[in-house]
Amino acid sequence: MFSLQLRDRGAQFARSPVAVLALIVLILLPLVALFAPLIAPQNPYDLSQVTIFNGRLPPGTEAFDGSMTYLLGTDEAGRDLLSAIIYGLRISIGIGLSSALIGALIGASFGLLAAYHGKRVDQAIMRIVDLQLSFPAILIALVLLATLGSGIDKVLIALIAVQWAYYARTVRSVALSEMAKDYVAAARSQGLGAARIMFRHILPNCLPPLLVILTIQTAHAITLEATLSFLGLGLPPTEPSLGLLIANGFEFMLGSEYWISIYPGLALLILLLAINIVGDRLRDIFNPKLEA
Amino acid sequence: MTEYLIRRILTAAMIILAMMVIVFFGLNLIGDPVYLLVDPSANQAQIEEARRHLGLDQPIWTQFWIFVSNALHGDFGHSFVFNRPVFDVIMERLPATLELAAAAFVIALSVGLPAGLYAGLRPKSYLSRLIMGGSIFGFSLPSFWVGIVFILVFSVTLGWFPATGRGDTVSVFGIQWSFLTWDGLSHLFLPALNLSLTKMAIITRLTRAGTVEVASQDYVKFARAKGVRGPRLYIKHIGKNVMIPVVTVIGIELGHLIAYSVVTETIFAWPGIGRLIITSILSLDRPVVVAYLMMVTLLFVVINLVVDLLYVALDPRIRLGSVQD
Repeated sequence: MFSLQLRDRGAQFARSPVAVLALIVLILLPLVALFAPLIAPQNPYDLSQVTIFNGRLPPGTEAFDGSMTYLLGTDEAGRDLLSAIIYGLRISIGIGLSSALIGALIGASFGLLAAYHGKRVDQAIMRIVDLQLSFPAILIALVLLATLGSGIDKVLIALIAVQWAYYARTVRSVALSEMAKDYVAAARSQGLGAARIMFRHILPNCLPPLLVILTIQTAHAITLEATLSFLGLGLPPTEPSLGLLIANGFEFMLGSEYWISIYPGLALLILLLAINIVGDRLRDIFNPKLEA
Repeated sequence: MTEYLIRRILTAAMIILAMMVIVFFGLNLIGDPVYLLVDPSANQAQIEEARRHLGLDQPIWTQFWIFVSNALHGDFGHSFVFNRPVFDVIMERLPATLELAAAAFVIALSVGLPAGLYAGLRPKSYLSRLIMGGSIFGFSLPSFWVGIVFILVFSVTLGWFPATGRGDTVSVFGIQWSFLTWDGLSHLFLPALNLSLTKMAIITRLTRAGTVEVASQDYVKFARAKGVRGPRLYIKHIGKNVMIPVVTVIGIELGHLIAYSVVTETIFAWPGIGRLIITSILSLDRPVVVAYLMMVTLLFVVINLVVDLLYVALDPRIRLGSVQD
């Protein structure tokens, strides 16, 4: 039954060629990121492979010792931009996905708690959720980074903090409608514990909308991290995500050395578009009443 | 209605108090401000003296109380960097941000509303598909990246618009405005467009969804049957009803514009409070950071309150419902 449903939905998904293309990109990019050391022409953070003499070379230039050709040019430190982008992709996807997953875990737990216990618990949790959602994500991230200081762990905390409320709201609304169904009453009458009913019985039925939110939130997290890094509040220069690469190139752009900023930007753009198109399609298919 | 208003104002006050607690105690957690302020070569006695002078020897709750009562009087202390009252530093930059946000708001509305209405009325046409496809770009693209591309294309390559600053301003009631001079307008256009794109996409999608829903209602069919057509049908019968959900979101988005101006102002070197907060966080100018966060929170709470009241005014169903309560 379930697999039949899944096949139907797969066929529905495949009816949009743009969405299929986006899905292929979305499978390829994380693979490229995962196998970065094998794919990238150089290790951009190995100082023995990088010299300042190769700095700011335009795309297609050969290294001064002829050791390699820089397809997308080099940045101001002489790093191959293509390699830097592949490694940057790794950090961007890693941070975005892990913050979205942890956020989902926390948010889903609170959403389930709110739906299951109702009344006071529900009111308290949802009031905090509504309150948080009335503030823009970047403002909350700024508050946290201004008070906590900077660093990769602080950025992760900020990204999780801005995301959990979306998951909580979605899971709560789906769980509420699930609560009214017979299987929950059956589980209760068997005397199963609250935690078991929540996580083993209700949660699996909340997964499709959760997956949709997870896709869109990963894109949001990647965007927010890139934005924070661009502003100088995100990741340290030792771990350059795509946002930091773009920021590094920004000062050279007015001097027509456009590639240092533009190519990492294009990589970010392709990644985000692919996620959003897949997310949009998933939402249309599962059609849960979501407020993105 | 009065009870509703009182409850809303109390909630607003609670939010501001919560923000004060978070900001005050958060900033106290990351370090003792005395060491930021005194000469690094100061001895223990001088540090103690400075601590007493700054009131940091008081119990934390006393300090918090002093902070709250000063903040309520608009006194956030002196900026470490500018060495002037923080309130003045922020107030002289606020008009630039408000001008930018307002311009972005006007652009987003004047494109988003007609585009959404059109896409909702003719969902199958090519232009509608183009509009909806474009709106995916609108909220997928990181705003800082679009700003960079704008500068590259319109400033560096084409040379149509200047890339940085505010241009010539005109003083009205002692406040500088850019939109009153031709040079100022040309400086304003790119940042405002940059800031408006995400909102434009959201407003377009929302208006389209509302239009699709409203257009299938019986009263619209009846109006059509009666022979109402053209702008009268679109504006009076459909547009007005689409506006109800749109207004709520628009109000919230207006607050978002001010928050996200942080990004646009940094790219275009627009001298507003958004750029100020980033430089202040980076230079550890704590009084400015605290004051900015407090003021933006206040702004947000006020905007949310006004939107809720506007919502009640627009939708008679809510108004009547609250009378019956």
